Amino acid sequence: MRFIVCIKQVPDTTNVKIDKRTGRLIREGIPSIINPEDKNALEEALKLKEKFGGEVIVISMGPPQADEALREAMAMGADRAILLTDRAFAGADTMATAYSLGSAIKKIGEYDLVLCGRQAIDGDTAQVGPQLAEFLSIPQITYVSDLNIEENKVVAIQELEDKRVKWEANLPALLTVTAEANKPRYPTAYRIMSAYKEKDVEILEKKDLDVDEKRIGMDGSPTSVKRIFSPEPKGKGEIIKEEPKKAAGILFNRLRAKNIL
Amino acid sequence: MAIYINRELCTGCELCVEICPFNGVKLDEEGIAVLLDACNECGACVDECPVEAISIEVIKEGVIDISQYSGVWTLAEQRDGKLTRVARQLVGKARQLADVLGVRVESVLLGHNISELAQELIQCGADNVYLIDNPLLKNYQTDLYTKAIYDLTVEKKPEIFIFGATHMGRDLAPRLAQRIQTGLTADCTELTIDDTERHLLQTRPAFGGNIMATITCKNHRPQMATVRPGVFREPEKDLSREGNVINIKPNILESDILSHLVKYLKLEKKIVKLEEAEVIVSGGRGLKKPENFSLIQELADLLGGEVGASRATVDAGWISKDHQVGQTGKTVSPKLYIACGISGAIQHRAGMQASETIVAINKDPDAPIFKIADFGIVGDLFKVIPELISVLKAKKAKEMVV
Repeated sequence: MRFIVCIKQVPDTTNVKIDKRTGRLIREGIPSIINPEDKNALEEALKLKEKFGGEVIVISMGPPQADEALREAMAMGADRAILLTDRAFAGADTMATAYSLGSAIKKIGEYDLVLCGRQAIDGDTAQVGPQLAEFLSIPQITYVSDLNIEENKVVAIQELEDKRVKWEANLPALLTVTAEANKPRYPTAYRIMSAYKEKDVEILEKKDLDVDEKRIGMDGSPTSVKRIFSPEPKGKGEIIKEEPKKAAGILFNRLRAKNIL
Repeated sequence: MAIYINRELCTGCELCVEICPFNGVKLDEEGIAVLLDACNECGACVDECPVEAISIEVIKEGVIDISQYSGVWTLAEQRDGKLTRVARQLVGKARQLADVLGVRVESVLLGHNISELAQELIQCGADNVYLIDNPLLKNYQTDLYTKAIYDLTVEKKPEIFIFGATHMGRDLAPRLAQRIQTGLTADCTELTIDDTERHLLQTRPAFGGNIMATITCKNHRPQMATVRPGVFREPEKDLSREGNVINIKPNILESDILSHLVKYLKLEKKIVKLEEAEVIVSGGRGLKKPENFSLIQELADLLGGEVGASRATVDAGWISKDHQVGQTGKTVSPKLYIACGISGAIQHRAGMQASETIVAINKDPDAPIFKIADFGIVGDLFKVIPELISVLKAKKAKEMVV
């Protein structure tokens, strides 16, 4: 079987800097990691491969340095890694990203399952998974905490706010996996060596894909960032200096005045 | 390109059925033309129709005529036959946006035997409710909901369409936006209208609330956005408000389903969904021992909230990891966050500073948590929390009498 895992390299920091001139995020100089839930997706793919055989392919769209994230994924056990990198892809919103990734997946050929992390920690949108499933015209199951393949179907448990739901779908299908699904494995020393010395990350550029120029990068993105700003710092809070009983009463009244209680 | 059939105009003459080279159209049981999957969008039926009930939209590459789009739409999510709170909150926000634009608020309500919910949406501020009632739509299913809403959207052309950023909304909206080929902005905390250009300004936090971004979708319609529950206030219901309920017959079939619902599972334990909670009461090392989380739990229960925890308490094994708030735990933004006995290290603050109102209760007046708190009580949590509990209980008892 063939499992495709979409991963994103994200900045590992809560102190994000903004280019004041362009309003865009400065990603350079910030340590990068594989988006945590993408590792959960990869772990599920690796477990399925151990059970059913086949290959695990990781794919990412990003700048050339995303090579690192893909090698780390190979060190964890992925067989192949594909990096979609081209200036023409830059500035893509989720729709253009889904189109570009989807076009690359179509080029790979036959596959059984596409796995994505539920959402990325930089954008938190959770949109690329479902958009990719729609582009590929395959079933989607989101918020998956457990999955298996039974009789050529994928069976998955979806975690909703107040319910757990069991779904099944024919293959190929796309699933988005949550952090609750598993604990991702660590790379082994042997695999790290192999990922850096023996294996290569396959590079795909715009010219390698059958893509419509108007649907990629900034031109292919219906949404654009108008402004980026720091949230207004909170005004000075009120310290209630009273003995406990009175303090509790004052707090209650303050919260009620703000319509919270 | 896409073909649309106006059900009100169709006379059932069958000329389109005869001309269609692909067997892509038939009459349904009401004798009205409906498109089938075999439709090749060739447009042969468009010219043939004597009453101009069939139209074709040619999407010029990347350019659509946005002036054709009008109205602010909301998706009215219902669960088990009840409207969700976010469904009402969306209508309230949509009303504000529509009043600025001078257009209608229209809500899309899907389900089965849920017609009485339409009045509730009207009372909240909707002018029209599109009621799509079908047994297949009783529970949410990605493919059927997407198809039914897609068909309605391309026919009616709203300029704005907002969704709750619930699990359902975040499953549905991206699939729908991709099919429509329009922009979608996730988890907006503010929606306003640009005065000069009439675009929707969609503001959302990114990087765990460290930055805010305002997003626009200038050349595509509808402008789609999801909004987290609890971000907008629920509107006051006006019981005398009037509006129209428009019944829509969806063109959906069981064979459209790609993901099949097998069953709803019993919950072994209550799921801690901190990200969805409107109120979170969190405990830290100041609790001194694990048993004292019961005090936090009692306060959380009274407020209808969830229990959160600092990393220190989770690492010490006092409470399970799914309660942890912070950089290595969950990022939350409830309406009310009460930090009890938590000093407020940067790692903890990163996970909760986007909360709307923050209350800190701590013995140490220099604890960093007070720097971001809206209200702080410097004192012994074992004395303050019981007092707070008794105030809330007294209020509850009073409400019961009323």
